[in-house]
Amino acid sequence: MRIDIDALTVEIAGARLLEDVTLRAGGGQLVGLVGPNGSGKSTLLRCVYRALRPSGGTVRIDGDDLYAMSARESARRLAALPQEAVTEFDFTVAEVVEMGRLPHQRAVARTTDEDRRTCAAALAGVGADHLADRGFLTLSGGEKQRVLIARALAQQPRVLVLDEPTNHLDIAQQLEVLALVRESGLTVLTALHDLNLAALHCDLLHVIDRGRIVASGAPHDVLTPALLAEVFGVRAHRVHHPETGAVQLLFDRLLPARIPARPGS
Amino acid sequence: MATPLERIPAVPPRTARTGAGPAPPRRVPLPLLLTALCAALLLSLVCGAGMGASGLAWGAVLRYLWAGLTGGSIAPDEFPAYTIVWELRFPRAVLAAVVGAGLSAIGVAVQAMVRNALADPFVLGISSGAAVGANAVLLFGAFGTLGVWALSSAAFLSALLSMMLVYAIARTARGLTPLRLVLTGTAMYYGFSAVTTFMVFAAERGEAARSAMMWMLGSLGGANWGSVPIAATAVLGGLAHLGWSARRLNALAMGDETAAALGVDAGRLRKELFLVAAAVTGAVVAVSGAIGFVGLMVPHAVRMLVGADHRRLLAVAPLMGAVLLIWVDILSRVVLAPAELPVGVLTAVIGVPCFVLLMRRRSYTFGGA
Repeated sequence: MRIDIDALTVEIAGARLLEDVTLRAGGGQLVGLVGPNGSGKSTLLRCVYRALRPSGGTVRIDGDDLYAMSARESARRLAALPQEAVTEFDFTVAEVVEMGRLPHQRAVARTTDEDRRTCAAALAGVGADHLADRGFLTLSGGEKQRVLIARALAQQPRVLVLDEPTNHLDIAQQLEVLALVRESGLTVLTALHDLNLAALHCDLLHVIDRGRIVASGAPHDVLTPALLAEVFGVRAHRVHHPETGAVQLLFDRLLPARIPARPGS
Repeated sequence: MATPLERIPAVPPRTARTGAGPAPPRRVPLPLLLTALCAALLLSLVCGAGMGASGLAWGAVLRYLWAGLTGGSIAPDEFPAYTIVWELRFPRAVLAAVVGAGLSAIGVAVQAMVRNALADPFVLGISSGAAVGANAVLLFGAFGTLGVWALSSAAFLSALLSMMLVYAIARTARGLTPLRLVLTGTAMYYGFSAVTTFMVFAAERGEAARSAMMWMLGSLGGANWGSVPIAATAVLGGLAHLGWSARRLNALAMGDETAAALGVDAGRLRKELFLVAAAVTGAVVAVSGAIGFVGLMVPHAVRMLVGADHRRLLAVAPLMGAVLLIWVDILSRVVLAPAELPVGVLTAVIGVPCFVLLMRRRSYTFGGA
């Protein structure tokens, strides 16, 4: 249930995309990764789900070195929802969910009853069992995301990694996705775009800026006006959610340094 | 410290809201389809042996086939007819089946590999690339030291090379876009065809012109029992590898990132597919030239029948491709008998309208929205 990232560095074509990133998540917590576009959120997550090999540093799951495991072995422990969800091929929902069993299956073995039960449970778990026979490409954005979460759950992982899972979703769908992820009880590491959503739902936040972690802690402690000015270049007011007391942000305006100069002025 | 969510009043889940939605895609039951196709394959092989320019009684054709299969004896005066059936037509039908199966399976694999439903060895110029190698052997005696393997090896190597070339040119930092890929493939097709034509020009042999026609349009006219084993071995080997990789192909079709998250090394799988596609395309082109449209059309037709799952796709597509090409070859022999049409002409005549029909069918989302 633990994931330990230590001194992770990614260098591609001379550019440092990540520098000495150290981060921990565990105990069934929902851990958020926030930062401006291009700050390295996706790069970091790609290293964790092994789409990218870092230049240095380690990622460990429950103490075991991720890169010492076979790809299948690590996929049994860690499931991910990458940002791309484009396919040209019209798989059914049931077929998409069954792909989650891939790391557990031998290449030529038939699908077992246990596989089927696991997939059915995963699909029911996200409330999408009625979609099983539908074509994946015909689903709405929210439905797709639910099905992809079901695929991740069918992997029976201990850790779930999500790259901006709420992108392109309406507000109800966004809340639904985060609720589903929370219900899974897994340790979750997720990149999030929406700071208020992150503040409301995450147990722990890591702020990443230009490839470095610049702040870590509870949302309340991390999302300070000073940090938002520094990292995002915006002026923000903190308010508290009237019911939960969670910190929420009201954005004011761009700070002068971030306002693009007008031509001719 | 703010602990999230628990204290927010529960909102009724929206999951119950969805109605029936579009009806699930109708699909043909797999065992039924496979049985029907196996029966059709056997029947087609017999028809391939029985039909042609010279009319023979079906009873006699079956007797000759039986004699050929079991090593039985026939009357001496039947020998010419027997030769037509057993030495010319039947190996030709078998080869058509092998080529059709190979092209269809490789079409499926290449489409998953480049995640693009427009891809197949012919469209991407790989077939015509393989034809360059094969032609070099036939016209100039290249790879002469390899003997019987020269043709297949040359076709394999030039298939692999042209595939790498197309891939390298079409690839951008953001991956392979359909447009770049098809444009590159088309350009390469013309390039390789030009090389083939030039080789024919330079060879200055009467036979060469006909040979070039065969390489560019595809023909099974040269089939005999000698051409079957290498092609069949390559195709069966390729099918075995693809069947073994079917689940990984599903993951790859969802994208490299998803494949990685599912424990599939997309880079390695793609390299395997490269080799398999080059080997099968090379072996097939060496015996039949560059036959178009089969590798493109059959995967689409099969997807409409059984869906996108590669386990089903790779079971059905080779059978369907085999049956299709046997009949296309029969047609090529009887339409203008005793003259023969190149197979590629007929696959295009059948393939183009099918392709247009597919493109216009809205329910079939073969290329995304």
